[in-house]
Amino acid sequence: MLTLTSPLETPLHRVAAGPKLIGLAVVSIGVFSLQNLWLILAVGGVVAGVYLAFGLGFARYGAKMLRPLWPFLAILGLWHGWTGEWALGLAIAGKMLVAVGLANLVTMTTRLDDMIGVIERAAAPLARLGVQPRVLAVAIALVIRFTPVLMDKAGQLGQAWRARSARRVNWRIVLPISLMALDDADRVAEAIRARGGL
Amino acid sequence: MEKNVTYIALFAALIAVLGLVPQISLASGVPITAQSLGVMLCGTVLGAKRGGLAVLLFVGLVALGLPLLSGGRGGLGVFAGPSVGFVIGFPIAAFIAGLVVEKTRAAIGIAAFGGALIGGVVVLYLFGITGMALILGKSWPAASLLVAAYIPGDLIKAVLAGFITQGLAKLRPEALLSRA
Repeated sequence: MLTLTSPLETPLHRVAAGPKLIGLAVVSIGVFSLQNLWLILAVGGVVAGVYLAFGLGFARYGAKMLRPLWPFLAILGLWHGWTGEWALGLAIAGKMLVAVGLANLVTMTTRLDDMIGVIERAAAPLARLGVQPRVLAVAIALVIRFTPVLMDKAGQLGQAWRARSARRVNWRIVLPISLMALDDADRVAEAIRARGGL
Repeated sequence: MEKNVTYIALFAALIAVLGLVPQISLASGVPITAQSLGVMLCGTVLGAKRGGLAVLLFVGLVALGLPLLSGGRGGLGVFAGPSVGFVIGFPIAAFIAGLVVEKTRAAIGIAAFGGALIGGVVVLYLFGITGMALILGKSWPAASLLVAAYIPGDLIKAVLAGFITQGLAKLRPEALLSRA
């Protein structure tokens, strides 16, 4: 399945996932405590500069990842345009864009395997409480494998619906999709048990 | 043990599929995402603990960088954006929905509707509105105005969650772990 990691290699790809995540946490807390508008805009400029330094293609991909934020930017624009507090609105919007941009930067430059590695290491102490890190790894692998499988089956159900009915596909299709998830879960559980269990 | 793990994983996948399948439209023909319906079903079908864990697994995979949220969103940026409250509230919503189904004696369809309503709408919006108020620097009432337009759709989804859970209970009574 497709991940959000950028295929364009950057120097940040070579930094280990753990330090990147810790760095992100520290910097994000710093960003949210910023008050001065000019400082926020300067930090925003630096983040944009980092994206651009990794190439135009990378920056364009980064901008695409920010697109879901535009309704909120529109709301902030309307709100603060109406109240007249432009500086406050700009500061809130700037902080939000910087925080999301930084977080996306880590997601875009860290491979899924490395992220799962961090999770496994972080979960290792839980083994003493009876939570096996191996079980977590199996669960993650199952979701990654079965999302496209269920997606395909849901698509086939949709086609079968359209072949038989003039009406548009509606919520009733959720029942058979859920049923398939339940039955797949039973079959996979049996298959795992047949191979010696977890 | 194996069954617990596969049910949790397959329902996490189900939430993703319901968010990504484009063709589902509600009664009015307005296409809206069924992702929160998936969250409700995790609780009402799998129960509080397993349902909450399934949704937690889903949210964890979003954080790891998989584009599983509706509209293909994902990654750590989601947790810094205005929707953070909804994403963090998802597992708790499923847990509460499951708890209601487990603790009440009402018929399964009604219990599932109640659970979906309390967990998937009331609790989820408490978290969602709080997150939005914090990120956008607005008061709580102002933030709740911003999401008010989505509440009718989610009320319909709670009703659907009741019907679908009832249907699953009839077809696969042994798989309904919330009433096992």
